[in-house]
Amino acid sequence: MTDNTNKAPSQTLDVARIRQDFPILGRTMNDKPLVFLDSAASSQKPNQVVEAISNYYQNHHANVHRGMYTLAAEATDLFETTRTKIAKFIGAASTKEIIFTRNATEAINLVAYTWGETNLKPGNEILISEMEHHANIVPWVRLCEKTGAVLKVIPIDSDGRLDLTSLDSLLTTKTKLVALSRMSNVMGTINDVAPIFAKARELGAVTLVDAAQSAPHIPTDVTELNCDFLALSSHKMLGPTGVGILYGREELLNAMPPFLGGGEMIDQVTFEKITYNELPHKFEAGTPDIADVVAFSAAIDYLNDLGMDAIRQHEIEITAYALKKLGEFPWLTIYGPRDTNNRGAALSFTVEGIHPHDVSQFLDSAGVAVRAGHHCAQPLMKALGVDATTRASFYIYNTDAEVDSLCEALLDLRKFFQL
Amino acid sequence: MSHPLEALYRDIILDHYRAPRGVEPLKCADVCTRGSNPSCGDELQVQLKIVDGKIADSSVKARGCAISIASSSMLTEVIEGMTLDEAVDFGENIRKMMHGQEVSKDIDLGDLDALKGVRNFPVRVKCAMLAWVAMLDAIRKYRDSEAGDANIQITTEETET
Repeated sequence: MTDNTNKAPSQTLDVARIRQDFPILGRTMNDKPLVFLDSAASSQKPNQVVEAISNYYQNHHANVHRGMYTLAAEATDLFETTRTKIAKFIGAASTKEIIFTRNATEAINLVAYTWGETNLKPGNEILISEMEHHANIVPWVRLCEKTGAVLKVIPIDSDGRLDLTSLDSLLTTKTKLVALSRMSNVMGTINDVAPIFAKARELGAVTLVDAAQSAPHIPTDVTELNCDFLALSSHKMLGPTGVGILYGREELLNAMPPFLGGGEMIDQVTFEKITYNELPHKFEAGTPDIADVVAFSAAIDYLNDLGMDAIRQHEIEITAYALKKLGEFPWLTIYGPRDTNNRGAALSFTVEGIHPHDVSQFLDSAGVAVRAGHHCAQPLMKALGVDATTRASFYIYNTDAEVDSLCEALLDLRKFFQL
Repeated sequence: MSHPLEALYRDIILDHYRAPRGVEPLKCADVCTRGSNPSCGDELQVQLKIVDGKIADSSVKARGCAISIASSSMLTEVIEGMTLDEAVDFGENIRKMMHGQEVSKDIDLGDLDALKGVRNFPVRVKCAMLAWVAMLDAIRKYRDSEAGDANIQITTEETET
């Protein structure tokens, strides 16, 4: 077997060229070149996205779906172009199925407040997993408190994958909703949700996938996933902050009551009765974050130009390299699967004797930006038997050399703490 | 060449971190409070034994970073023997130190002087303050309870975390 993990740039992406589109990556941090390994929290933005924001404000701004003048029509057209692009990006049948929200969290909450409060009754069950982000836990716990529904949880196994041995007792005719993350934000685990969702649908349950971590990194197709709802965030996939997407099957969205009330989402308003606008506007009350939605379009173009398959291949390579290099340290524990075929580019670890806070503080002094803490996944931390981890996460612009910088900084960390 | 982080992780801090003092739970504490940092998951519990208005013994059971462990350890060393007023005054001065304000001339910081560097790392101030905030909370609860406030539920035992 040849060892090709040390080969120079990725064969699949021209990372050096990509990095030219991200001026922030040329910065120094604490007198060291910035090594940005926190894209799982929020990705950096290419020039194309930043320019799309200023271009929109400099040349095209007016409120959307309101004005009768040409400029307003231009703004509306740009805004709706993003809806068309994201619908295609995730394989939605219609733009009516794409709702703009602030982020994936708001998208999930929208489902909990509208579909959930309408459809759940005492004794009904919601099934999630032990590795969910708080965004896919808290709305459901609150919904259970309000409706008397019961939360059920798929545990994880020792490799950080879903342990499906007890699925038959967890997923039953009592289950009304199955809400699962497609990729763990802590361990990078890619969950094969499609067969679980297929079974859920056979039993009459509705399915929701939290795609906040997966959509930036692997191809997304709502039909293949068997999902009724999907939530994602623009800011994790090269786009601006402040924009999220809720995909919902048209039939379900039509049957759901509105979420927030106000302008845009109505048809007729009197003081006695209100009729609502058609999809998707029924769920988009008030003036949206137009400029950032418009610029999200440039992010989708950027990802499509690179190709989601090529992005995935690049991340398999850099993750394999990181797993190999970090795996050589006997004092470092990696959480989650080692097999890059079903894990993404988020990699959590702990260093023996040094708290993750101190690890990340030290790495910062070496210019290496990583996240430390519970990563909004306290139940998972408990399952892993830790209070916190340090997480390095990679994206299209990261290089093997940056993995080396991480490793060197970790060796220096051990020296500094005299371990 | 000295490392830029030596201002934060002074030797005395690392010494307290590696061998923290005051970690044995108290068997007959008068008050116990929790402190937590929800942003990182760090948690601690402060126990105080109060005799004749003075802190006779204290313990901090902490899970956290070097800064919070060291700060907790130093707290248990320094507050023992203080009256409640002195402990409150000391705690408030530690808070001032962390926010870059003048510390009262009457205060002998001792080992805690080493924590001065933390104020240059704003995200870590909360780590250093965690035990002190819990200690101040413990004294406030103890006093309210002693004053007969029936709404105050005093806990004395540490709980599993």
